[in-house]
Amino acid sequence: MTTATHASNPIGFSLTDEQKQLQETARKFAAEVIRPVAPHHDRTEEFPEKVLRKAHELGLINLIIPEQYGGLGLSAVDGVVMTEEAAWGCAGMATSIMANDLALSPIVLDASEEQKEEWLPKFTKEYRLASFCLSEPGAGSDVAGMTTTARRDGDYYILNGAKQWITNATYADQFTVFATLDKSQRHKALAAFIVPRDTPGITVGKPEDKMGQRASNTAPVIFEDVKVPVRNRIGEEGQGFMIAMRTLDKSRPMVAALCVGLARAAMEYAMDYANERKQFNQPIANFQAIQFLIANMAMKTEASRLLTWQAAWALDAGIRSTLYSSYAKSFAADTCMEVTTDAVQVYGGYGYTKEYPVEKLMRDAKLMQIYEGTAQVQRMVIARELLSKR
Amino acid sequence: MKILVTAKRLMDPETKIKLKKDNSGVDLEGVKFVVNPFDENAIEEALRLKEKHGGEVVVVSIGKPEVVEQIRTGLAMGGDRGIHVNADGEIDSDAVARILAKLVEEEKPDLVLMGKQAVDDDSSQAGQLLAEYLGWGQACFASKVEVNGTTATVTREVDGGLETLELQLPALVTADLRLNEPRYASLPGIMKAKKKEVKEVTPASLGVDVAPKVKVTGVTVPPARSAGKKVESVQELVQMLKTEAKVL
Repeated sequence: MTTATHASNPIGFSLTDEQKQLQETARKFAAEVIRPVAPHHDRTEEFPEKVLRKAHELGLINLIIPEQYGGLGLSAVDGVVMTEEAAWGCAGMATSIMANDLALSPIVLDASEEQKEEWLPKFTKEYRLASFCLSEPGAGSDVAGMTTTARRDGDYYILNGAKQWITNATYADQFTVFATLDKSQRHKALAAFIVPRDTPGITVGKPEDKMGQRASNTAPVIFEDVKVPVRNRIGEEGQGFMIAMRTLDKSRPMVAALCVGLARAAMEYAMDYANERKQFNQPIANFQAIQFLIANMAMKTEASRLLTWQAAWALDAGIRSTLYSSYAKSFAADTCMEVTTDAVQVYGGYGYTKEYPVEKLMRDAKLMQIYEGTAQVQRMVIARELLSKR
Repeated sequence: MKILVTAKRLMDPETKIKLKKDNSGVDLEGVKFVVNPFDENAIEEALRLKEKHGGEVVVVSIGKPEVVEQIRTGLAMGGDRGIHVNADGEIDSDAVARILAKLVEEEKPDLVLMGKQAVDDDSSQAGQLLAEYLGWGQACFASKVEVNGTTATVTREVDGGLETLELQLPALVTADLRLNEPRYASLPGIMKAKKKEVKEVTPASLGVDVAPKVKVTGVTVPPARSAGKKVESVQELVQMLKTEAKVL
């Protein structure tokens, strides 16, 4: 639906009626289901399974599964519009809601027809979680430096190694695992595998006790002599790095949308508080010092949204989106860090306490500059893309 | 069974209301529009009855082309098809009732479900007028609806209690807030709604004269709330309730 809009109108910022409805459903869900329980899950770090099941029922999970495999065939623009809303409710829950898309992207993008038939429809039919296993204790930004190995043995690969920072790992039914066939060959030797949770040799470690986004589950996953059938390999041997990068190109606009939703929530809280809080016999919103903070929040949040929509639009139009995706992800992440920090500033001392909602948002925001490519990695990607073309 | 249900477009009740400069009405610039919350209850009930007894749910809205958005919401919740009565300008409750009466003649539903009132003007008239025009039984402010063959049993909320009515079908029922909790339009529902039929008709094509019999001549905002007072003791409070508030 989106491509058609853009074809007739090369620059357009209006949503279709369907997109407005999708937005409305996500907005209602965020306001009525996600936000009321967000403080509880932040405090306890209890996994919001009830919320996720409800999100699945509504169709808010597995946005990227195409129609022929039981999905809804949504566009990337549809996805970012809804993700902004979910994140407005709670960034941690939005991260857990999005995790399936990250794990299933390699299948949607690069798996064979048979593999898609086998592994995708079950996710829309029933509530199931999948985790994307790329990072390792010693391989974060340096993806190609991974040490999880895959050794071919007849009709199987034998996986050994440890993965770190795996979203939803404790509750996942399936993993998308990247491993190296030859460490010395770095990115040329990676391959991607679909690994069901019940395969012998898999251990999920203790969940991390995180600073923010505490509603989302993050845990290490250890693979010891895990036998994976050759038919579970996505793409060819050596295509793993390319598959991972294509997946990240696709997921980064969604992460950027998450940042936009988080920033918007902080900005709204700050505006309401500024109108309500009185100092010197008047609402603090009357003071330019506060007004300028609010104006900066609004400008940068709006700019983040536009970069996010542009990146999603490029994905839908089939244009190489690496640059757009990194612009959006890095700018939106830095923005939501700044906006949430300033929101705490507007609240003053109260903002620093857990009695008020903005300190959580500030803790949640920090992660956005770290996961799915740090703020620094995004800049490396941007510079490399630009400089290589001169 | 076939159910006709209404989905009036109105401004989101959560929005802060601002009047037009000349006080002729509410300033609608930049305002978000939703389905009348009581109509959402009516739609939900229609869908539940359909799920139980089978049949068809037809969603109707009257107004400018924008009201199709509200019809689509009803279809995304699970309605089968829509009818858009394309009409511009003020349509009063009586005109709404006469338009719906014509649609009922054409569609021949077993039941018409409407919100007990629209939360914009709170008239609570269209449903009752419609039943009168059709010569049908009516049960308004329903908190429970059950259908058994050719009758409907409706519990309605009346002052100080509940009243249970039995109606001969076809009949008209208007929904109260406690009738049910409306479902969300799911993503698959929204995608399917795109392909559902929305027929367009006009008051003229139905042969209905919509010239208003009732005209809004002005609106005013309620007076701003004055600041509260702190009292020192219960005696003082009672005193003030007697002398100032005059409620005792």
